Amino acid sequence: MSEYGITGFGAYIPRLRLERTAIAAAHAWMAPSLRGLARGKRAFCSWDEDSITMAVEAARDCVAPQQRATIGNLTFVSTTFPYADLQNSLIVAGALGLPATTSTADLGGSQRAGIAALAAALRAQQGQALVVAADRPRAKPASVQEMAYGAGAAAFTLSSGTPIAKLLGSHVATAPFIDHFRASGEPYDYVWEERWIRDEGYAKLIPPVVKAALLEAKTPIAEIDTLILASPLKGAAATLAKQLGFTGRLAESLDDGCGYAGVAHPLLMLAATLQTTRPGQRILLVGFGQGAEAIVLQTTEAIADHAPNRGVPVALAEAVPTTDYLRMASFYNEIDLDWGMRGEKTGKAALTTQYREASQLGAFVAGKCQACGTVQFPQLAYCVNPGCAAPAAQFDDFPLTEVPAKVLTFTADWLSYHPAPPLYVGFVQFDAGARLLMEIVDVGAEGLDVGTPLRIVFRIKEPDKIRGYNRYFWKATPIAARPAGEKN
Amino acid sequence: MASGIRDKVAILGMGCSKFGERWDTGTEGLLAEAFDEALADAGIERSQIEAAWFGSCMDNVNVGNSAIPASTALRLDGIPVSRMENMCATGTEALRGAAYAVASGAVDIALAIGAEKLKDTGYGGLPAPYKGTLNDLWLPLGSAPAGFAQLAAGYRSRYGTSKQDLKRAIAHISWKSHQNGVNSPKAHFRKAVEMQAILDAPMIAEPLGIFDCSGVSDGSACAIVTTPEIARALGKKDLVTIKAIQLSISSGVESTTSGWDGSYVRNTRKAAARAYQEAGITNPREQLSLTEVHDCFSITELVTMEDLSLSQDGRAVHDILDGFYDREGGGVPCQIDGGLKCFGHPIAASGLRMAYENYLQLLGRAGKRQLPSPSLGLTHNLGGVPYLGIAAISILGLL
Repeated sequence: MSEYGITGFGAYIPRLRLERTAIAAAHAWMAPSLRGLARGKRAFCSWDEDSITMAVEAARDCVAPQQRATIGNLTFVSTTFPYADLQNSLIVAGALGLPATTSTADLGGSQRAGIAALAAALRAQQGQALVVAADRPRAKPASVQEMAYGAGAAAFTLSSGTPIAKLLGSHVATAPFIDHFRASGEPYDYVWEERWIRDEGYAKLIPPVVKAALLEAKTPIAEIDTLILASPLKGAAATLAKQLGFTGRLAESLDDGCGYAGVAHPLLMLAATLQTTRPGQRILLVGFGQGAEAIVLQTTEAIADHAPNRGVPVALAEAVPTTDYLRMASFYNEIDLDWGMRGEKTGKAALTTQYREASQLGAFVAGKCQACGTVQFPQLAYCVNPGCAAPAAQFDDFPLTEVPAKVLTFTADWLSYHPAPPLYVGFVQFDAGARLLMEIVDVGAEGLDVGTPLRIVFRIKEPDKIRGYNRYFWKATPIAARPAGEKN
Repeated sequence: MASGIRDKVAILGMGCSKFGERWDTGTEGLLAEAFDEALADAGIERSQIEAAWFGSCMDNVNVGNSAIPASTALRLDGIPVSRMENMCATGTEALRGAAYAVASGAVDIALAIGAEKLKDTGYGGLPAPYKGTLNDLWLPLGSAPAGFAQLAAGYRSRYGTSKQDLKRAIAHISWKSHQNGVNSPKAHFRKAVEMQAILDAPMIAEPLGIFDCSGVSDGSACAIVTTPEIARALGKKDLVTIKAIQLSISSGVESTTSGWDGSYVRNTRKAAARAYQEAGITNPREQLSLTEVHDCFSITELVTMEDLSLSQDGRAVHDILDGFYDREGGGVPCQIDGGLKCFGHPIAASGLRMAYENYLQLLGRAGKRQLPSPSLGLTHNLGGVPYLGIAAISILGLL
């Protein structure tokens, strides 16, 4: 009998990174103590990123398009879903081009939900599963959380066959321990005293759960190679290690470059750990939130042959650094800037049109004309080639998301309303011959040029702030120069 | 084989409002200003007009949709009035509608009028147009300068032109137009501008500075057309006739497939080839007396000189810097009235405003701007963006 377990992983961290010293400096007049927390950079979402877009990017990193047709169920975990009643996982599935028969579910409600979803899928062993967690916790300006929080997403595929990691044991124990809460529709967490959370929460609720999980895994703590505990509290993992008598490796906190990414954070740390783990290693993954949950994983021989993906290292490396605190504050709606009259447009989307065109807009599917071979987006009623004009019934689907692309023409537009001026817009030329006008995002200090290589990313096309509906579409972003030694 | 409309339609009268920031009047007043002048010029009564085409582009800041606002404003009682909208080609499209009505014999006298009121938005520049429900879901829309600025990169990359040479050439275009605009009493801007001020102006969309962009104005222009026979019967001696009106609209080739390199405007070339054929023009550089082209941005005028076969491909920069398109350059003067650069661009009025200047020049009524004995004048508009748009060309000449 083939084993069931994790077969792939992927990660995404927003490219925008803010120096924490800039946050502390902005609030120094009223909260000078923040300076003590001002180390490294935190990730933050651009105006056009949310948990849905990050989930899509992590899932794309995890599972190649040709492997998506067999995914039986998708679980999307977040505490910052854009929609309360509109299945968020459905939009993710649409962007990934998953079949309509894929079962989709949203899960959230607790900081423990990411681990809980992964553990549940590992225990359920039901077909090919995709578990994606994405979060962008919002924090009140000048709060400790604003310094600690970040944003990011991680994705895992699970199936039977030759997993790269399998479940050895798990345990959960709930408790009505409310270290923080966020009411529905409220922007910010309300957080109780940190000393109480450490002493009465982490220190008392986690160890018995870990011991039970280790017992089920028949693994003494000494045989664990890596301990993962994601926490917005500094030093929480080291304290737990001490308590458990654990002397192995503490997983990288990703505090510098990412920051605590909510329910996604433990899974991001797991993805980063798997990227550098050899076969036969044991990983203890611990989650905290109204109780605790722990799972024990063991990597298999297959991890040595695992195809390289972007993962956490590339996501961290592709940073677009900034020291503009007000840029983050604006993107997170903490301040309401004067965008002028051009910013007054409403952005109402026609849901009818969106449904009719869902197949080409959702997963960015161009048409390839069977008669003349022209690849074209959008797909209209006839082939664009003037000498052909074959009817669209003769088009084959040709997804553009993974096709190599580069800048053909571009301009930086300071006149149009754009939440992150200037608006970079230009023709994107795909290797397959298709071209279209696209927005180009996360352009760093190096700027753009004709021929700049681009990657296609899923983003909010335009928010409708009056009705609260985001329309999503694909944009292009410059491929950053990779650090030496990185593959892909 | 269709014979086209060459010399089948004569201009009976034309009018043009003062262009500018017309805080003093609404679209109705602008329409009346152009209409009164055209009626007086034509020497007819309003009741003699049998059909009208009214151009207006921006629904949100102008008079709204349909032709009712125009028929109401001008008291065109009970005749057919069509509302025309085809972006920056709207004015020429209105003229085309009226000309075709006369050429077909459907009516004897028809009116083409366009007006735009851009200064009721509360801010500078053009409002963003509505893209339609499908495009709205995927198409990013930059500002107009962002769309046209991309021609500069395409042109430089095809011909290896240096950034400096291209900037000097487009600066010369704006310098020349501002020189010409001084003599246009109806222009919005009537001041000459120093070359250095143009070169040093703040950037709007690389490489276009503020002086590379046309102004934003209110205005209206109008033509009354009939057959040459009726014009003569009404007492006209020197007749200006329509030699050609042609349009070309994108089908998505440039913006969807890999062929277009960004250095030219495909639609202008297609419309020009058909217009020259309709007008019987074989060597435009020698035969045309003057042009009024769509200098929404200076770079547009530069590539248009090649698209109209006035300059050889890759030679526009040299011709421009040599003064071939200047008033006294010995070549084919371009924007003798100052162009969009000095009049601004009240969208639906521009095509008719350009035809108005050609009409005045051909009749020797252009005052200080008058060129010596012109015989053929061309207008050119470019709607949308270079890669997804509308080119409209009209050629007027003496019969």
